[in-house]
Amino acid sequence: MAAAEPGEGYPRRVTWFASPADAATRLREAGYLTDDATALTAYLAGALEKPLLVEGPAGVGKTELAKAVARATGAELVRLQCYEGLDEARALYEWNYKKQLLRIQASSGRGSGQDSWSETHDDIFTEEFLLTRPLLGAIRREEPTVLLVDEVDKTDIEVEGLLLEVLSDFQVTIPELGTVTATRRPFVVLTSNASRELSEAVKRRCLFLHLDYPDAERERAIVTSQVPGLDDKVAAQLVDVVVRLRELELKKAPSIAESVDWARTLIALQIGDLDEATVARTLGVVLKHASDQRRAVKELKLATA
Amino acid sequence: MSLLDTHIGFVEALRAAGLSVSLAEGLDAISALEQVSWHDRETVRAAYAATLVKRQPQRVTFDAVFDIYYPRLVGDGVARERDGDESEPAAGPRDTGPDLERFREALAEALASGDQQTLQDLAAEAVARFGAMPGRGPGLSSWSAYTSLQRVSPAELVDRLVQGLLAEGLDADRAQRTAGRRIGDFTRMVEGDARRRIAEEKGPEHVAGVTVRPTIDRLDFTAARRSDLEEMRREVYPLARRLAARLTKEQHARRRGPLDVRRTVRASIATGGVPLTTHHRPRRPHRTELVVLCDVSGSVANFAQFTLMLVFALREAFSGVRAFTFVDDVAEVSDVFRPGADVAEVMESLAASMSQAAMFGRTNYGRALTRFAEEHPDAIGPRSSLLVLGDGRSNYSDLALPVLADLAGRARHAWWLNPEHPRHWATGDSAADQYGAIVPMVECRNLAQLGEFVHAIA
Repeated sequence: MAAAEPGEGYPRRVTWFASPADAATRLREAGYLTDDATALTAYLAGALEKPLLVEGPAGVGKTELAKAVARATGAELVRLQCYEGLDEARALYEWNYKKQLLRIQASSGRGSGQDSWSETHDDIFTEEFLLTRPLLGAIRREEPTVLLVDEVDKTDIEVEGLLLEVLSDFQVTIPELGTVTATRRPFVVLTSNASRELSEAVKRRCLFLHLDYPDAERERAIVTSQVPGLDDKVAAQLVDVVVRLRELELKKAPSIAESVDWARTLIALQIGDLDEATVARTLGVVLKHASDQRRAVKELKLATA
Repeated sequence: MSLLDTHIGFVEALRAAGLSVSLAEGLDAISALEQVSWHDRETVRAAYAATLVKRQPQRVTFDAVFDIYYPRLVGDGVARERDGDESEPAAGPRDTGPDLERFREALAEALASGDQQTLQDLAAEAVARFGAMPGRGPGLSSWSAYTSLQRVSPAELVDRLVQGLLAEGLDADRAQRTAGRRIGDFTRMVEGDARRRIAEEKGPEHVAGVTVRPTIDRLDFTAARRSDLEEMRREVYPLARRLAARLTKEQHARRRGPLDVRRTVRASIATGGVPLTTHHRPRRPHRTELVVLCDVSGSVANFAQFTLMLVFALREAFSGVRAFTFVDDVAEVSDVFRPGADVAEVMESLAASMSQAAMFGRTNYGRALTRFAEEHPDAIGPRSSLLVLGDGRSNYSDLALPVLADLAGRARHAWWLNPEHPRHWATGDSAADQYGAIVPMVECRNLAQLGEFVHAIA
């Protein structure tokens, strides 16, 4: 198998990252420490201009990845937060009814008959009366854009159908205006907690990345980079405890975000050594179920004061 | 085999293993491969994974198939050929005493340092040296991970490894765990290497069909190993969460009840008598009261545990859940599942309650059903639904069919979940067909089927 020069002779409209290594370096500079698979997938999403579907437990940095890509490439982040009941009018575009009504009333005074009707009709369905929402906004932007569709699993099935056109062709069809095609394809990141299975059609159009809890070494690097004042020894102890907690059978394993919170807590409490009593005292920062805390105290054999 | 052939074969094998890889995704994978450099195997793996695997549980299957189609090395690899000590593979036994001693020494060192690369190389060597099963002709020889592991027996190195780790300053508990994990990893590496060599000998299609296990949610309860059961247990709560999310969503969709005329007319006054918006009465959600009666004898105990855990994790979806376990006597276990209780503790107390459910220790459905009807006559009423879990293997004893018919008649609904494949029903001592005539019998062999069933009745 000969080593091929990646992407030689490929016309690229936008270059997000030059290579997987470049993606890793620039994301790190933007404050996001990746592993190899994440950097490679982020690079591929840019190179193939395909949306990136990121799945994983809460608090492993799915949303943060999109933000980091935006920071690393100097692009603007357009965010669409999904929720139950999100519809076309709030995701894509909406006609500004009130303004249209005003326009009709204003024109009804002058002119009469057929002329003014068709004139007004043409007039009220123009750019001026269009309210763009995140999806359309991201597509119409001329500058580099990162489009983040957050918690896509929270939406209804209908919204997924809406996303299909946007994700596959990067275009939106507005019946009155025609089809708006992206002049510059945005870097699309969809995040999901897998609370519901997404449709095959959406998944097929995306690259898939599963983010999981990092290994101890990377987690230590993340914690120290996020919390600068933390002592190296405490960071090592903290990560060690968190890794052990994740091995237990808990209802909710501690996430990266929670270990960072824990580190901040220790800084705030000015604790220079993470001994058993301190772990037991501050366990509430990482474990949010009473039964999980009891279990941790039992399994880690913590001395409770 | 050309690169394209390998790719096509790989995609075919993934489909055979149950991943739905579409043509478009295959094309995506190729264009992804064009964008990356191929000098690193993990890069190729990640590029394939990003384009072909769209559900995390399938990742294990994907990795297994990938290892078969894109092996780490071919034969003994480049390093060995350079050494030139394998010039005559057939001459004399290669796994003589001194060699084995030397090998185990190297393995102990590698395990102590935890160096992955060295361990991989040693795994390959172990299979080459100790696992070869020479055949009479080309294509007939094979490799055995079992033989290699028997000869090398890494498990005997545990004590030494633990001592080493203790010297490094770890506490006893963690040293034991770390040692166990490293030995387990090495065992898996040896198994992987044996698969790789067999694939080389007989073609990847042959191996992929035999060795690749189904994903955890499609794995039969009865075929699960101990490690699989642990993994399944971790899957139960996420599954319950997904089901609960789906149920709420569906209930929301069905929330619009019949037209509320009074409110609609009232609202129409605001718009000059034109009913622009209609108002509806909220629909009262129907909730089932569930009575679960489960066989906890050895053969189906796992299945019963998972079903109970899932049902109780979803207890908000039901108006009430009562659970009874039986072998040849009946015991109520509803109290074990307190809200917010710890999973591991629940499993322990369930195991303890099993002894109460057994009088003589041999499964006797007839006796258990009779005892249930006698002791808990109030459990089943017109509002409750009866769910019986078990394989219906009653050791040729009395089946108490009229008792079950009476229970099923009193309940609003009744189902029987059977963890066996339908082709095994009514074979041997299974009374699945007799019971199935009274209560509709549903096949429920894995987590996916269980999830679908619980969703349907909630």
